[in-house]
Amino acid sequence: MDNLSQNGEGKTSIIEDGSIASKNSNLNVCNVCLGILQNFCEKEFIKKVCQKVEASGFEFTNLVLSISFPPQLSVREHAAWLLVKQEMGKQSLSLGRNDIVQLKEAYKWIIHPLFSEELGVPIDGKSLFEVSVVFAHPETVEDCHFLRVICPDCFKPAKNKKSVFTRMAVMKALNKIKEEDFCKQFPCPPNSPKAVCSVVEIECAHGAVFVAGRYNKYSRNLPQTPWIIDGERKLDSSVEELISDHLLTVFKAESFNFSSSGREDVDVRTLGNGRPFAIELVNPHRVHFTSQEIKELQQKINNSSNKIQVRDLQLVTREAIGHMKEGEEEKTKTYSALIWTNKAIQRKDIEFLDDIKDLKIDQKTPLRVLHRRPLAVRTRIIHSMETHYVDEHHFRLYLKTQAGTYIKEFVHGDFGRTKPNICSLMDVTADILELDVESVDVDWPPALDD
Amino acid sequence: MATEPETPVAALAAEPAVPSLVDRYFTRWYKADVKGKPCEDHCILQHSNRICVITLAGSHPVLQSGKAIKSISYQISTNCSRLQNKVSGKFKRGAQFLTELAPLCKIYCSDGEEYTIYSCVRGRLMEVNENILHKPSILQEKPSTEGYIAVVLPKFEESKSITEGLLTQKQYEEVMVKRINATTATS
Repeated sequence: MDNLSQNGEGKTSIIEDGSIASKNSNLNVCNVCLGILQNFCEKEFIKKVCQKVEASGFEFTNLVLSISFPPQLSVREHAAWLLVKQEMGKQSLSLGRNDIVQLKEAYKWIIHPLFSEELGVPIDGKSLFEVSVVFAHPETVEDCHFLRVICPDCFKPAKNKKSVFTRMAVMKALNKIKEEDFCKQFPCPPNSPKAVCSVVEIECAHGAVFVAGRYNKYSRNLPQTPWIIDGERKLDSSVEELISDHLLTVFKAESFNFSSSGREDVDVRTLGNGRPFAIELVNPHRVHFTSQEIKELQQKINNSSNKIQVRDLQLVTREAIGHMKEGEEEKTKTYSALIWTNKAIQRKDIEFLDDIKDLKIDQKTPLRVLHRRPLAVRTRIIHSMETHYVDEHHFRLYLKTQAGTYIKEFVHGDFGRTKPNICSLMDVTADILELDVESVDVDWPPALDD
Repeated sequence: MATEPETPVAALAAEPAVPSLVDRYFTRWYKADVKGKPCEDHCILQHSNRICVITLAGSHPVLQSGKAIKSISYQISTNCSRLQNKVSGKFKRGAQFLTELAPLCKIYCSDGEEYTIYSCVRGRLMEVNENILHKPSILQEKPSTEGYIAVVLPKFEESKSITEGLLTQKQYEEVMVKRINATTATS
């Protein structure tokens, strides 16, 4: 029991390989905390960790500290508790598991204020900025192995060749195992280790932030996402890169995920108010921006390309993304199409289209996407149409349709697999020469006064 | 679709210069005298995404003037009907697998002649055209579009090799010329 409350005078220092460990061999290493409470509560250690945090270049106003102890520490803690419970029992006192302060909790009580003071920011469990410190103690790794013999079902085969003795699995087994069985397999009190724990990892990471807006697309030669086949880029740039590259730089993020409320083909323009989009910036190093700075960022994006323009650029929460995806499935869209007909037409030949309301069409999965989509028939509604006569072989068609309608196929019929279609309605062979998205009827993100 | 928005509309008239839907997205491949039957030529439209639409070539007997179709059937054997083909999911599981000489349908003409249409490409059968069942005349009126026979999805690894046994547009035209010369020579 003596070892349990021993306080040593350890020195922490950085060894060549960067790991932080104690060099003081005169210390009797605690057989429960493996030296963590002895050596890793000092200001010097905290300072070294904070130096690394500061060097990582993250901007933060609070942080959450994530401490990872070696799993075998839970085993030793369990042994200590059983022992204490036994001693209390001898004095007719009962002791619940929760009456004992957890090692990790105690450790956090000590170091949180030290970290907070050193970095000048509060510790906040909800913070997006995470500093994780991982301890390891290779010497006692086999302490856990007896648990697999007694409770094999707690230890499922690990993925990626990582150890099957995770902290969760070990805790599960400790909750399951009977006191007698534990004490038979593991010495209570635990035996003393030779070396102290070491820190094997100090990592900083910031949770993702989200930027939303609406984009217009003025090019008929620009894909939404990079078009690369067999490692070869087929078309220069993409909507997502033209917008996200600037954000990546300014937010100093590792990577991004671009999503939008539907999307248009390479050769289709997006006019009107534009299409809502949201970009997830992964592990951003800079996250605080004033609305003025965001406005300037929007201007920068708009000045750098005439193929796309963005508006209503703003920071949003992860939850807000749901509004955008809801738009993709539920809201209407309006389009304008330039249509060619093989037969000569007069104004009167297209007037009837203006009167058709809520036309139901059945669309089999278009051939042009059938290689990557399931074969199905989708019923969609063309809410209304408006025609503008151009000449004997051309007219413009404005349509308001349900989300998910394939416009090109509605015009040319896709081998008769979209029914009815403009060809069948007009009894001509028709084809679509140009398509523009006139509006995406989603009222998110909130419009900003520019 | 025009890639340059500046193309004046007036320049796009109704002449054959306007590329059709097929011209824009598909490559035409041909197989002549399929299964040794003279003039039973098939045209395979291969999309840039590798999907193949099986159609009759213009030189096929069924498309010659004077031919009337009595009925079309997808029942190609006692146990197999192409209509029963069911495909599910993104990977099109459950599809009937076709080899080059797999029959797709039988066409019965009023003059008593019977023609079998073959796949010509290896792959999974996506669908057969049910529109021509109800209205066989579509097959003759629009053989390259609404009158298609079937849609086949070749295996990804085979998407280039499936056309190795087929004729290009140019080669097909040469075969047609030879055929006409042969006929005039013997007549």
